[in-house]
Amino acid sequence: MIEFSINGRAVSVDVDPDTPLLWVIRDEVGLTGTKFGCGIGMCGACTVHVGGRATRSCITPVSDVAGAEITTIEGLDPAGEHPLQQAWRELKVPQCGYCQSGQIMQAAAFLKDIPNPTDADIDAVMTGNLCRCMTYNRIREAVREAAAAMRGEKTNG
Amino acid sequence: MLKSTLSILAGAGVLALAGFGIYAYHSPYAVEPPSARPAFDPAQVEQGRILAAAGYCATCHTAAGGAPYAGNFPVTTDFGTIYASNITPDPETGIGNWSKAAFRRAMHEGVDREGRHLFPAFPFDHFTKMTDADVDAVYAYLMTEVAPVKEATQAPTIPFPLNQRILQAGWKLLFVDFGRYADDPSKSAEWNRGAYLVEGVTHCGACHTPRNKVGAEEKSARFAGATIDAWSAPALTAANPSAVPWTAADFTRYLSTGAGTYHGIAAGPMAPVVHAGLRELPESDLTAIGVYLGNVVGAPEADPAASPAVQASLAAGRPDPAWRADEGERLYATACAACHYNAESIVAERPELGINSSTRLDDPSNLIHVILDGVSSAEGTPGVVMPAFRDALSDQQIAAIAAYLRDKRADLAPWTDLETRVAQIRAHQGTH
Repeated sequence: MIEFSINGRAVSVDVDPDTPLLWVIRDEVGLTGTKFGCGIGMCGACTVHVGGRATRSCITPVSDVAGAEITTIEGLDPAGEHPLQQAWRELKVPQCGYCQSGQIMQAAAFLKDIPNPTDADIDAVMTGNLCRCMTYNRIREAVREAAAAMRGEKTNG
Repeated sequence: MLKSTLSILAGAGVLALAGFGIYAYHSPYAVEPPSARPAFDPAQVEQGRILAAAGYCATCHTAAGGAPYAGNFPVTTDFGTIYASNITPDPETGIGNWSKAAFRRAMHEGVDREGRHLFPAFPFDHFTKMTDADVDAVYAYLMTEVAPVKEATQAPTIPFPLNQRILQAGWKLLFVDFGRYADDPSKSAEWNRGAYLVEGVTHCGACHTPRNKVGAEEKSARFAGATIDAWSAPALTAANPSAVPWTAADFTRYLSTGAGTYHGIAAGPMAPVVHAGLRELPESDLTAIGVYLGNVVGAPEADPAASPAVQASLAAGRPDPAWRADEGERLYATACAACHYNAESIVAERPELGINSSTRLDDPSNLIHVILDGVSSAEGTPGVVMPAFRDALSDQQIAAIAAYLRDKRADLAPWTDLETRVAQIRAHQGTH
């Protein structure tokens, strides 16, 4: 049995230790907001937080997260009102929406570390999160806006 | 004339052999059944628990998935595999019948209760420095708090004649300075406390000092760095290649938390050293270890953020449209930068790879291990992980990322045969 917590809830799963965390989150725990994209950690769709850090769950063996605290898009904010989620809605960021939970989870961890990012900072950190609808400009704008909101500044957006 | 010279030589030879025999011989200690043992003071038991942790006894005396301290962890050496003994208080297969005096002799002289020489995979060459009181505390802990487990220890796979334990006596005669730690009066009490711990119970040199052809630590190369289970144990001297030299405070922080902003994390064989071991020590002891190791390295205290190497690594990490020209940089931008990119200064939990020990060591093993297998929540900073790229990146792609970091971020001489090294480490069946 491998034990960890997910969105504040203790879970214990009986799976092969090599099972990717993503499969456990979707198939065992039943939280499907986190998506499967490339399966090799190159697209970011499966991003969750482990110990508050953005982590590609598709290439993280579940045994590696024993004892850790995991947060998925469902647990980022109980009401779905994280500043990034608000900015996502206001700016109508998603097109097909498949990558957005990974984008938001990546950006949320990023803004904790670098609360006042330049566009170059946003590009550097968010490059690992692909969007096949090419909404990159709106993603960047939403990250900027959420960053300002989190710093308590007003924006004109 | 010739005849008498020969007989003198022969006589001297016989005397030397007899002398060696007397030196090598140790009589058995009488069996002391657990029922004959007095109860221990709880404070002594607690002291023993801390010291047993600080010596990582359980790490080598517990097999993967096995009961704690029941032995059979395989220690691979150049001479064969030695299986760690069962040191639970089981009277038959463990040390349940050992008296305190027998345990002291094992720790201080490397001789078991029956009088047999122990192989130096057991670091008695360090434990000989420990005080009687500390050794007795470990004994009290093992006898009181560890559950007895009946598990026979596997025989070592060392071939004849090296498996003859009497030969260990010769090895000891040549390479071990037996005796308790003696304070250096020219140094502070804190330095001496650190030296006592580092040279004794925490046996840092067992991994960080290179060994000679017969497996003894090279006294002339103390803490010069060595290879352990296909990982590199970096030098703990001025030769350490860190961009920011290790200070006393850096050592203390790293050994208490498992991570250092300007150096890296405790992964691989170093992870249990911190998380199953040194973290149990009181803060004053971790400070003392830092003082001693900081003095061994000899670096002055300086502001690490101002280091030119830090600034160079940060500058080289800024997005540049040209990155798409280099495969390693392109892969880094996609697979690594999300967590490792830093803006103006280094954020503690965003390891800056251009100044990370794994990038700066002459041996790329540690970097390759971590890219292949990631970092589990039990390693480095507890509760934080790095994914494993083993099934995501090819040998050639991992080599490209490593070459990019080495060249563009650390600006150091290139590693050679990187792709071969990745393939070797990918195939290595380690014990860590």
